Amino acid sequence: MSTPEVGVPRKGGFNFDLCRRNEMLFSKGIKPPSFLKTGTTIVGLVFKDGVVLGADTRATEGPIVADKNCEKIHYMAPNIYCCGAGTAADTEAVTDMISSQLQMHRYATGRESRVVTSLTLLKSHLFSYQGHVSAALVLGGVDVTGPHLHTIYPHGSTDTLPYATMGSGSLAAMAVFESKYKEGLTREEGIELVAEAICSGIFNDLGSGSNVDVCVITKGKTEYLRSHQLPNPRTYVSSKGYTFSKGLTEVLSTKITPLKQKQADTVPEGGDFMEE
Amino acid sequence: MSIFEYNGSAVVAMVGKNCFAIASDRRLGVNLQTIATDFQRIHKIHPKLYIGLSGLATDVQTLSQKLAFRHKLYVLREERDMRPETFASLVSALLYEKRFGPYLCMPVIAGLGDDNVPFICTMDCLGAKELAKDFVVSGTASESLYGACESMFKADMEPDELFETISQALLASVDRDCLSGWGGHVLLVTPTEVHEKTLKGRMD
Amino acid sequence: MGSRWSPYDNNGGTCVAIAGANYCVVAADTRMSTGYSILTREYSKTCKLADKCVLASSGFQADVRALQKNLSAKHLFYQHQHNKQMSCPAMGQLLSNTLYYKRFFPYYAFNVLGGLDNEGKGCVFTYDAVGSYERVGYSTQGSGSSLIMPVLDNQLKSPSPLLLPAKDAITPLSESEAVDLVKDVFASATERDIYTGDKVEIVIINDVGIRREYIDLRKD
Repeated sequence: MSTPEVGVPRKGGFNFDLCRRNEMLFSKGIKPPSFLKTGTTIVGLVFKDGVVLGADTRATEGPIVADKNCEKIHYMAPNIYCCGAGTAADTEAVTDMISSQLQMHRYATGRESRVVTSLTLLKSHLFSYQGHVSAALVLGGVDVTGPHLHTIYPHGSTDTLPYATMGSGSLAAMAVFESKYKEGLTREEGIELVAEAICSGIFNDLGSGSNVDVCVITKGKTEYLRSHQLPNPRTYVSSKGYTFSKGLTEVLSTKITPLKQKQADTVPEGGDFMEE
Repeated sequence: MSIFEYNGSAVVAMVGKNCFAIASDRRLGVNLQTIATDFQRIHKIHPKLYIGLSGLATDVQTLSQKLAFRHKLYVLREERDMRPETFASLVSALLYEKRFGPYLCMPVIAGLGDDNVPFICTMDCLGAKELAKDFVVSGTASESLYGACESMFKADMEPDELFETISQALLASVDRDCLSGWGGHVLLVTPTEVHEKTLKGRMD
Repeated sequence: MGSRWSPYDNNGGTCVAIAGANYCVVAADTRMSTGYSILTREYSKTCKLADKCVLASSGFQADVRALQKNLSAKHLFYQHQHNKQMSCPAMGQLLSNTLYYKRFFPYYAFNVLGGLDNEGKGCVFTYDAVGSYERVGYSTQGSGSSLIMPVLDNQLKSPSPLLLPAKDAITPLSESEAVDLVKDVFASATERDIYTGDKVEIVIINDVGIRREYIDLRKD
């Protein structure tokens, strides 16, 4: 199994093959493409027995909403979750990558992952790319040393905070936290405050919108409350709707291919199963 | 000018009741000049899985060949077709690998999974997956398509109605986009059949 | 480095107008925003210029206000001189001239003008920022226009303006159907355009007079 398969990358890491070509195109006055952004509100706070994370669910591409219900609270470990803002591909990839590293680490040590471990892995990855991997994160979790909440900036700097916000709606959300956060909140108060902060981002920041996702992590228990609140249903649906009668569209050619029905898994008779 | 406007494109996929449809325009242009009116942007991975690629045509073809190759390797090793979810992850990984020198195209993936549950998803050119339950769009006509689909889409459409809806949405949208159009190409996939149709559209 | 100051801003917003046989519907959302912030949720983008003539404009609202005041002032002079209200086609020409007058420092305003013509038929005029205009059966302008236009095309497709003899571009819908369509396209545009939302103001002009309706849109 030592021969590498042709064209299949065997290891991870980035590939820079197209950089020169793209650079040439962009230098000729062609604009580089815009990426999917999560112009986001993400927040987290520490309460009495753990951490609450929150996020809105809008992904934008310029002024257009590309995804109305995306997931911005990413899994890191069973006891650690991470909210992501910035370029969608980066937040997704970076959290996926580090969560696998944490899983491998757990297999090796047989112990629960610690929040500082994931913090260090994330920040060293981001730092090594000097801010080009544009992921702004709010990392929260509970480990043997208690509840922890951190923010991580795209360049790799980090903060340790009792309550944190990130993304384009961070100011709107922080306004809520600054006026209402206090130490020793109960679970319910924590969830309510997080939801209020996210709603503040949803309604006052155009980059954030749709629903409220919440994740509550306590010692030995994690609850992912997807669509905790749905404050923005569609306001009007046409009474009659649009119906298109069959044959309305002019068709030039039609080709119908029947699909083979999936064969029921039958084991060939006798012992010729492994022959050939 | 954005790089996506160089060749022009419109791709859309919609979910119906136990079926899905994926459609694209047929134009290949160089800026405002039309080069071909029978360009294929939708590529078959296997009979129940399709990928539509909008954006720079050279990358569309390179990427579709790469993906076909990777799928063949998978079939050889696993002796089964890829599930749409798996395929989406493959595309995403392939795109993100080139994070700092991306393929200049945006995929739309549509397939029927196990138990004929439809799956559709789109990505940006870095591979950020965007899963949807209703419809996904990409290309230079994406804004028009968003508007048209948002109004016209209904949940749980039967195949016939789904075909009319996606066709009307596509044609209405490309007529307001200079860089896409010249007819349409629609694939309607039900658990038993694949309907492949070419649509008559404005040729200007 | 450092971006140079710009005399313009874009406050977003979407306008739609539909002309019918004996009515005209002019609508605009009421959100005014800049960048990622909402400035106000209740800003009327419509302006009644004459008894049977309503202007809806998106773009830079400071320029829009200046334009509205300019037109209103000119309309006042017109009334003093002619002792009557300006007709909608006349107002359409006046708006075009007013816009072109500032050809090299334009009003950053995207207008649709709706009303009734001298025969009582609905009429819609659509403009670019420097005064190029056309009489059409329906139109949309502003941040959500590219989302709304294909839907209007699909539902109201009008005959080509190149046909001879010229055909009416009037839409076949009844007044209530047109209002319903306007509500639906705004709800759809709000789902996907971040600059459209909060409320739609629908102005309905018919032989009885002018009536306004409001419906809520998403506020995120």
